[in-house]
Amino acid sequence: MSDPVVALVMLGILVSTIMIGFPVAFTLMALGVGFGYYAYFQPGQAFFDNRVFYLLTQNTFTVMNNDALVSIPLFLLMGYMVERANILDSLFGSLQVALRAVPGSLAVATLATCALFATATGIVGAVVTLMGLLAFPQMLKAGYDTRLAAGVVCAGGCLGILIPPSIMLIVYGAQASISVVKLYAAALLPGFLLAGLYIVYVIGLAVFKPAAAPALPKERTDIAFGQVLLMLAKSFFPLAILILSVLGAIMFGIATPTEAAAVGAFGAVVLAAGYRSLTWQGMREAVYLTARTSAMVCWLFVGSATFASVFAYLGGEGLIKSTVLGMNLSPISFLLLSQFIIFLLGWPLEWTEIIIIFVPIFLPMLPHFQIDPLLFGVLVALNLQTAFLSPPMAMSAYYLKGVAPKHVLLTQIFGGCMPFLYIVIVCMAIVYIFPDVALWLPRALYG
Amino acid sequence: MDTLQQQAGARHAVLHRLIFGIDFLSRTVGHSFAWCIAILTLGTCFEVMVRYALNDPTSWAFDMSYLMYAGVFYMGGAYTLSRAAHVRADMLYRLWRPRVQAAVEFTLYVFFFFPGILALVIAGWGYGTESTRILESSVNSPAGVPIWPLKMMIPLGAGLLALQGLAELLRSWVCLREGEWPPRLHDVEELEKQILMKAADMREKGGAL
Repeated sequence: MSDPVVALVMLGILVSTIMIGFPVAFTLMALGVGFGYYAYFQPGQAFFDNRVFYLLTQNTFTVMNNDALVSIPLFLLMGYMVERANILDSLFGSLQVALRAVPGSLAVATLATCALFATATGIVGAVVTLMGLLAFPQMLKAGYDTRLAAGVVCAGGCLGILIPPSIMLIVYGAQASISVVKLYAAALLPGFLLAGLYIVYVIGLAVFKPAAAPALPKERTDIAFGQVLLMLAKSFFPLAILILSVLGAIMFGIATPTEAAAVGAFGAVVLAAGYRSLTWQGMREAVYLTARTSAMVCWLFVGSATFASVFAYLGGEGLIKSTVLGMNLSPISFLLLSQFIIFLLGWPLEWTEIIIIFVPIFLPMLPHFQIDPLLFGVLVALNLQTAFLSPPMAMSAYYLKGVAPKHVLLTQIFGGCMPFLYIVIVCMAIVYIFPDVALWLPRALYG
Repeated sequence: MDTLQQQAGARHAVLHRLIFGIDFLSRTVGHSFAWCIAILTLGTCFEVMVRYALNDPTSWAFDMSYLMYAGVFYMGGAYTLSRAAHVRADMLYRLWRPRVQAAVEFTLYVFFFFPGILALVIAGWGYGTESTRILESSVNSPAGVPIWPLKMMIPLGAGLLALQGLAELLRSWVCLREGEWPPRLHDVEELEKQILMKAADMREKGGAL
């Protein structure tokens, strides 16, 4: 067996153990060590003199002092604190009142709340379950179509992993060696575009099919302007200002992502205190969950670093690259193929595994097809929205099912997600056809 | 006959206590190091403040940042494993009976967990102790922030993970024998899990949601 073929066997074993369901970080590490021992084997050498052991510690150390990843626990802490700031009720309430004149106002307010809240927390499950308890029953009571209501909550809840400051983009930036700052700038407009398309769809539906999203009764919309403003000032603006200052500081180069994330985390604690929901219990929960989620993400880096270097050393990366290049694909068909593979991977896998393990396989080929890694990153981030929405494994749908009234069926929730899935694909097409949607802002800001 | 059963019961109790003991150790270490995030947050905020307000940046903030980050995630590895929170694709896994799950888990732990993590413990030990011996400090700034704790964490965190892996191995052994998974220690849960559990609970009691 030639070395590149051995590398493919290594990848094959990885994929099968992942599918069986073993924690991926350790599989990566074990395979890296095992195959690395073979790759670096020199006859007559003492067992622990094999280079793979040096590689393993060195790679681990590199992940431990990788300053691009330092912002991950900080953004997580910010998210967990915002989650516990008890802000969602009043946020949804005020947006719903502010948007009362818009057709399908409840659904639009749900999307807007999800977008803002998910952007601050970046944690999909929490947003979907919280909104599933808060907004979903209200929409059903107002006579909204069950599917529409379900789709809005599921799709809105996923926006947080796309719209900056999202952790997914930090992870992609680390793997593609591009600055998170540029990635944030690139993902901002596409993120808003997607949220905007969702809202346009809901409004369109409410106008042309009022039965699916009936208007609220008159007495619920009869509220003075000043009162609306006061409500917004109490709930919408503080959170919006927190996010905008974190993002603004990063994008205008005032602070590094780590610094902005630290100030954001601190701001989230202040926010929670401002809403009188800062408890010792909540704080401890947030800190411990931050540690757990950081460990989950960053141990994947530890495992994948050694795996990837052994895989490349054996020539696996080169073999895949030459095979793909040998197919003489046009840039568009390469892009479609890679995005389709990522879409399929999104069914069984989580975004962390996809970006840390599988996306790097495509990255070395981008220069050949003259695809900007920034653009590719934005397309991947959009694409992974579908991973949460497409049956049969859509996490969002299961989260919503867990909190929805009994009569709501899982198939209804899946059905409700479908239009939003199509909108994601439309949005990807727009970003591909007009790459400036993604690339204009980073160019304007950083030249 | 009675004594045989008693002996089996006693062995069983010892096993459970061992598993819980390891869980407890991982959790305690994970919880303690989790607070590094507070130092990271406050330290970085302090740096931002003195740099902008007093135009007087610190010399230690950069080194402190990755030391604390590594403390949070690396030393939390075993804690995360004890909560079964490391990412895994459980599409097929969760459909199986507990005994099948346990058999698969046991095998995979032997082949795909211990080789990698033990290699990290052993290789990291030399790396960490060497750095500790010379009390290595960072070259990034004149503050000379110690860097040996970072390198020493490599074998310690990995060793704790290996120990927690042993607990998981024993768990699947217990499950193989008894047909159901032994319980885990109580700990904080993600918000969605708390909400989902509450919702399921309400449903069971027939309450309105």
